[in-house]
Amino acid sequence: MPLGLLILLELYLRLTGLVTDSLSPPTDIVLALGEIIIDGRLFVLIGQTLAAAFGGLAIGSILGLVAGTAIGLFPTAGRIVFPTIEALRPIPSVATIPLVLLIVGFGYRLEIVIVAYAAFWPILILTESATRLIERGLLEVARLLGFGFWRILFKIVLPAALPRLVLAVRLALGVALVVAVTVEIVINPQGIGYALMRSQEQLRPDLMYAMIFAVGFLGWGLNALMVWLERRLSPPSAHG
Amino acid sequence: MRRRLSPLATDAAAIVFAIAVIALWGILSATRLVSPVFLPSPLRTVEALIDGFQDGSFTSALLDTVVRMMQGWMLASLAGIGLGILIGISPRAREFFQPTIEFLRPLPAAAIIPAAIAFLGINTTMGLAVIVFGSIWPTMLATVQGLAAVEPRLVEVSRCLRLSGWRFMLSIGLPNAAPDIVSGMRISLSNALSMAIVCEMIASQSGLGTIILGAARSFRSPDLFAGIALLGLCGFVSSLALRLVAGAILRRPG
Repeated sequence: MPLGLLILLELYLRLTGLVTDSLSPPTDIVLALGEIIIDGRLFVLIGQTLAAAFGGLAIGSILGLVAGTAIGLFPTAGRIVFPTIEALRPIPSVATIPLVLLIVGFGYRLEIVIVAYAAFWPILILTESATRLIERGLLEVARLLGFGFWRILFKIVLPAALPRLVLAVRLALGVALVVAVTVEIVINPQGIGYALMRSQEQLRPDLMYAMIFAVGFLGWGLNALMVWLERRLSPPSAHG
Repeated sequence: MRRRLSPLATDAAAIVFAIAVIALWGILSATRLVSPVFLPSPLRTVEALIDGFQDGSFTSALLDTVVRMMQGWMLASLAGIGLGILIGISPRAREFFQPTIEFLRPLPAAAIIPAAIAFLGINTTMGLAVIVFGSIWPTMLATVQGLAAVEPRLVEVSRCLRLSGWRFMLSIGLPNAAPDIVSGMRISLSNALSMAIVCEMIASQSGLGTIILGAARSFRSPDLFAGIALLGLCGFVSSLALRLVAGAILRRPG
């Protein structure tokens, strides 16, 4: 069905010879996409966006994992710090753009810090619940066996929580890409988001739609990749 | 077993912790360990907040942002539930919309801003369109999912009673899917706030997003912090309000 619409759009624009800044015949969009793929621009732009998204995701994930595990393993400490955390969590990540811009200026760091902030929350919450949901019996057996804290952490807690942690990272990856593109569109002069905004300003709708398509494909592809990883990493019993 | 604190002691400790964090913030800025350009003292932030409300600049900006967010969210909720019902009720609608939705859903909402500007120009309609696009998916998917999860026996019963599609939807489908729909609407709400801020920043429309960006550009960090705190409050209060209202409605028998 979308195919039918595309053909109609193509015919309409070609037959009426209409030239607008907001629409472009689908074949032109495909050509524009081919053009930026062949001259390599698309990969440079996507590389910049992905570098920022993954950098932020890595930092946010590590902080979220550490904090989430700590809060999950020590519920009393968790209840003490949670109200303060809950007071910060509703702050939308895009609201931190001006603050981070003020502190670090434009560039990769701007994007990485904001992505890390955005990715931190889902990872923290899901890690906390993953750690809390570990069977208490396992922990007590480990304690009876005289396992130290680090041994419990690496032999029992992390393996038991792994499937949920992978899910957490997959959700956070989606967030990371969205936030990276958003920061680029709003303010940061780099990456595919900024190029998208520029192509609109330069009245190149064909280029603009080609890039929107590329961003959508990127989001879809990353998610598919993570789903596949999740399957590989989860224990066979979870396949059902 | 580990020694456990009583609930009261835990609450007290939680308050002490929150105060300690604010005190640390105060110390960091008072000793100038972090430059006051980046980190104003808690007191200056509160002053900026009070000043902003007294001269009315925060009041009107807050109102603009909240109104924009609520308009977008309500439209997105209506459209999301409507589309969700359509897809849930008719396999043909599902076939019709599915491929397009599969493609649009993972698209970062901000990525359609350039297209929205090209179509609509930089104005309020554009902002509203982007907010709706950015917040429609959670509600729509939750509606589809909630309808699909209706107890199969209820579906059979309604078939035996020869209920029409709409009767089924109103008396069985929607009431059963309501909890799912509400949780989708909550995610939509926070998306709507984010997109409202983004649109304000891009289009320089009046609102808290523009205020904080302006404050950062002119190095007025107390205003910046006050604005960010207000936005956090927006997110918190709106989500709490939705939870309370939905809780009251869903608990009502029948």
